[in-house]
Amino acid sequence: MNLRLIKDSIVRNLSAILLFASLAVVLLIVLGLGSKSIPLLQTEKLGNILTESIWSPLKGNFGFLPFIMGTVWVTFISLIIAVPLCILASVYLVEYASDRLRNLVLPLMNVLAAIPPVLYGVWGILFVVPGISQFVAPLFGVHTTGYSVFAGGIVLAVMIFPIMISIMVEVLLTIPQELKAASLSLGATKWETIQKVILKKAKPGIIAATVLGVSRAFGETVAVLMVCGNIPKVPQSIFDAGYPIPALIANNFGEMMSIPLYDSALMFAALLLFVIIFGFNLLSRIILNRLEEKA
Amino acid sequence: MYSLSSIETKETQNIIFPTTQPHIQIKDLNVHIEGKHILKNINLSIPNNSITSIIGPSGCGKTTLLKTLNRLVDDTKGVDVTGSVLVNGEDIYGKHAEVTHIRKKMGLLSQKPFPLPMSIFDNVAYGPRIHGERDKKILKGIVETQLRNVGLWEEVKDRLDASATRLSIGQQQRLCLARGLAVKPEIILGDESTSALDPISTQTIENLLVELKKDYTIVLVTHILRQARRVSDYIIFVYNGEIVEFGKTEDVLLHPKNEITQQYVKGFIT
Repeated sequence: MNLRLIKDSIVRNLSAILLFASLAVVLLIVLGLGSKSIPLLQTEKLGNILTESIWSPLKGNFGFLPFIMGTVWVTFISLIIAVPLCILASVYLVEYASDRLRNLVLPLMNVLAAIPPVLYGVWGILFVVPGISQFVAPLFGVHTTGYSVFAGGIVLAVMIFPIMISIMVEVLLTIPQELKAASLSLGATKWETIQKVILKKAKPGIIAATVLGVSRAFGETVAVLMVCGNIPKVPQSIFDAGYPIPALIANNFGEMMSIPLYDSALMFAALLLFVIIFGFNLLSRIILNRLEEKA
Repeated sequence: MYSLSSIETKETQNIIFPTTQPHIQIKDLNVHIEGKHILKNINLSIPNNSITSIIGPSGCGKTTLLKTLNRLVDDTKGVDVTGSVLVNGEDIYGKHAEVTHIRKKMGLLSQKPFPLPMSIFDNVAYGPRIHGERDKKILKGIVETQLRNVGLWEEVKDRLDASATRLSIGQQQRLCLARGLAVKPEIILGDESTSALDPISTQTIENLLVELKKDYTIVLVTHILRQARRVSDYIIFVYNGEIVEFGKTEDVLLHPKNEITQQYVKGFIT
């Protein structure tokens, strides 16, 4: 066979092998986590582990509800803050701002995205936590140290701004000028056009940006664990401390491994996080497909 | 050369302007975009209840001219407009002019159909709703009337709730026309409105426009000379941002006075 053709087939096969190797890593992670979690799952029912709210490894109680709820609260709060702000910010950048401003702000967003999470954590401890304990909580008549799911949510929201804004800007830029002109030429104002036409058309893209933001929020560890308080109790309000799953793993892995099942419990936590993120992405993919079909 | 058979010949060649006040009058209009002089000293009265086509080579400013009529040109980056455009005697570039009010008077039919991301019904009802119509019966009435006006009613009456993007491109363009008519404009602006359509849809749209001119003043931009000849009563020839010639269709196309017009009509300039 011709040498050039041999080269060609080598490259093709090698690429395929590398692709499957990288996919295999994902599979290995799931298998590894799964097999390590088996000891815990053998001692207690899956349903109990997920719904119990008592976490005391020394007594052999492994209830994961506080961590699941901690993750849910923090993520939810960050979304409530980030989604509207990001939509408005990207609408401003695309529809109102000058080209110069847009070209200035977008690279800045990338810089924000490149800041290591630990710095956001420090910023949270220095400004957000005291801000909550001294100014926000008193407004509601609540006493708190400030280390709370609210602080976690704020820090996380700021962390997911850059990725969400840059994707939303991309999405809004793809909306044809003529579609806007169609609405404007009917006598709609710019704001009416944004609400009724642009955002409607951009909905799938905005959801996709949100999904990416949420995936990041689910997994974010260091910054959140620095400001969240890390108390394994189900938060009852935004001013309560919380303990998200990634923080649980990062804080405890490598310690207290002598406690029976502890190792297995942490592995189960990791598996849980994996399943949540995977399931969430799958679900949002399905929703997006539906939306695209409809449009 | 061109046959005159399809053109309804007007009485005398000297009378271009109708005696009533024209819907659209342009006075000393100059448009700069990012420093470039796009339109130069435009002075023009567009005759009522007839079709006026703006023709000219690409990049000559004909689309910009059309967009100055409903101030869509405002959305172009770095645009500067001086002079005035009077619509019913009111300067739309005047200090107190309200853009949404002006645009409502003009239906725009763009190059490609751009249905709004909503149902067929909502597309037509969009304009009336924006302008405050809430009554469902009235909205239904408007939608049916306008869809009948553009000959789309029979084709879509059973699927008014379906997404407008499901329609064929020719149907979409007719829907866009119905959408524009629903806000009761006085003027229809068409920006190469048939360039994306197949011949049959093109013919449908052309026939519609000819029919509509009894109620509306219509201004079209087209780069197809034959289309200009088929549908228009008057022709404006624009070259390098200037109006080179303006007159009745047969005059401009068959007996152009200006040399550049002659060359364009003969196909030497494209």
